[in-house]
Amino acid sequence: MTAAPAPAGGLQTRPLRGSGGASRAGQGRAGWAFATPQAVLIGLFVLIPILMAFWVSLTDWRGRGSPFSGSVGFVGFDNYAAILTEPGLARQDFMTSLRNNAWYVLLVVPLQTAIALGLALVLNSRIRAKGFFRTAFYFPTVTSSVAISLVFIFLFTGGGAVNALLGVFGIDGPNWFSDSRGLLHLAGDGLGLWDSANPPAALTDGGPLGLTWWDWLSGPSIALAALILLVVWTSAGGYMLMFLAALQDVPADVREAAVMDGANRWQRFRAVTLPALRPTLFLVTTLGLIGTWQVFDQVYLISQGNPAKTTLTPAYLSYTSAFETGQWGRAAAMSFVLFAIIVVLTTLQRFLMRDKDAIAERRAARAVARRRTSTTFFHADR
Amino acid sequence: MTTTLEAPPVETPAPAPARRRFPVGRFLAYVVLVFFSIVYLYPFLIQVVTSFKTDSDATNSPLSLLPDPVTTAAFGRLFDTDFALWGFNSVWVSVLVTLGRVLLCSLAGYALARLRFRGRSALFTAVLAVMAVPGVVLLIPKFLVLNQLGIYDTPVALFLPLVADAAGVFIMKQFFESVPASIEEAARIDGAGTFRVFWSVVLPMARPALITLTILSFQASWNELPHFIVASQDRDLYTLTKGVATLTTGQLGSGNQFPLTLGAALLMTLPVAIVFFVFQRYFVAGANEGAVKG
Repeated sequence: MTAAPAPAGGLQTRPLRGSGGASRAGQGRAGWAFATPQAVLIGLFVLIPILMAFWVSLTDWRGRGSPFSGSVGFVGFDNYAAILTEPGLARQDFMTSLRNNAWYVLLVVPLQTAIALGLALVLNSRIRAKGFFRTAFYFPTVTSSVAISLVFIFLFTGGGAVNALLGVFGIDGPNWFSDSRGLLHLAGDGLGLWDSANPPAALTDGGPLGLTWWDWLSGPSIALAALILLVVWTSAGGYMLMFLAALQDVPADVREAAVMDGANRWQRFRAVTLPALRPTLFLVTTLGLIGTWQVFDQVYLISQGNPAKTTLTPAYLSYTSAFETGQWGRAAAMSFVLFAIIVVLTTLQRFLMRDKDAIAERRAARAVARRRTSTTFFHADR
Repeated sequence: MTTTLEAPPVETPAPAPARRRFPVGRFLAYVVLVFFSIVYLYPFLIQVVTSFKTDSDATNSPLSLLPDPVTTAAFGRLFDTDFALWGFNSVWVSVLVTLGRVLLCSLAGYALARLRFRGRSALFTAVLAVMAVPGVVLLIPKFLVLNQLGIYDTPVALFLPLVADAAGVFIMKQFFESVPASIEEAARIDGAGTFRVFWSVVLPMARPALITLTILSFQASWNELPHFIVASQDRDLYTLTKGVATLTTGQLGSGNQFPLTLGAALLMTLPVAIVFFVFQRYFVAGANEGAVKG
């Protein structure tokens, strides 16, 4: 946004308009000619699909023929009711997938943000071989989820590297990807709060939305925990780069002033670095939220929702409901509910992280925007 | 990127206490970095080493970094599968997606940045809105359209939907707005038409942005999995990601053929790894650019 828009050249542009080369009408035609191919593709493969899927979510289409043919029944919001309000297996499965994904988000987002921020802070100090460390942490982000999943299947298999390593310390590791025990259930066992084999009736007797309190509060299963480790390991490096870039924008003079005033390391971090990182922190958690609610690849590749449906996620359940069970209407409805969850949560997060220091935030955001529009490409070319 | 060049000058003027604290802090920093380097590099080392092991060696000593004996049998077995075909499919799909994205995104980005036409701001709003749609939500919708258009399970279905990329349009628009308009104006005075100005004057200047977009597009299409799952089922149209996935989910996955699967993972990572190490600075630029598209 820093550069002047096209016709700002005033004196320069006027004569050439007269000469016809870039007349207003000519520019209009050229503008559409330039933009149309990509606009058509985006319309065809993003906008129209969304409209079509919304129609399908209101029908009982089973995947045969066209969803617009006369034999397809219009069912209103029945598909949404089946997964949200009506007691039954469909709702139980969908709620289980939401539970799993919620635990997943709750662990992945803070963990990957903390690791990314920590590594960025350490790398931003005077360190040798900075480039080497940065590359090592960032590389998983650019490799394919398939390759990484295959490696992690090997690492976390029953007799695999992780358990061999744990064995060195005398720990008998679990059979990671086939262990459905919930971490909170296990923690309760360990603390003597309850016995998972015989859970307290107060928790198993009822609960909201078709699952018992005991089920909601299971925590991630050990299998899901292994997926969480995989994803945190993969994505932290990318967010680390964003923090590193933001740390460049921390005003050096303010930091020096803080040093002069006798602020210690922690005070400097709280008062100078952290406020400057706020916009990036916001960005990283938002991207984290959006990404983690969409987890699909790793479930498809590693666990297929097993064991005992503890790695089932809405995205994967939607896929199997459509392609394996043929319940396209219900599957499309799940997609829209997932979409709504992502929109609501990111809006909520925006609201929660906003009011404080709104001015500082805007100022820093402008600094980031400036760096991005002008610096990125030219510095990249160095 | 510039990170390496600018060490913060805070430490230098710090008074005596800092000197006492400093070595401890730095030592801890190295401990943290070395620990995480091991956590990050060991899986890749294991991947490389295990692909040269025998099945039983891989299962019996999963931590060992010395294959005993060293064998390339896993790669031999890998090429008894359709691995070469998957690789071929991945190559042409990625090349077409990358070419399509770079060409169409720079055209559209230029139009949004420089050309005045009716509906321009509406179009830009649409681009921003589309960028906000979570990709996984589109899986079933995409299948519906491919099916309706009658191109499901055809080569076109593999690459054309991936060319539709709003984020690339945004990146190119941002770039074109950051270059001064005066050079284009000069070219126009010389009587060049809009397309000629774009092609011979603007695009050559846009080299860094084009390289960034090329790399992002190549990496994204090479690593893509969910789109290929919903766009086709014909075994002849499997790409590397989809084909290699069958090594774990299909019949081959039942045994402990870890050298085979890790060898496949290694080979499919190599092209992206090479591009990454050659063009690393553009990846860094792209990562920060990707931040914008959130």
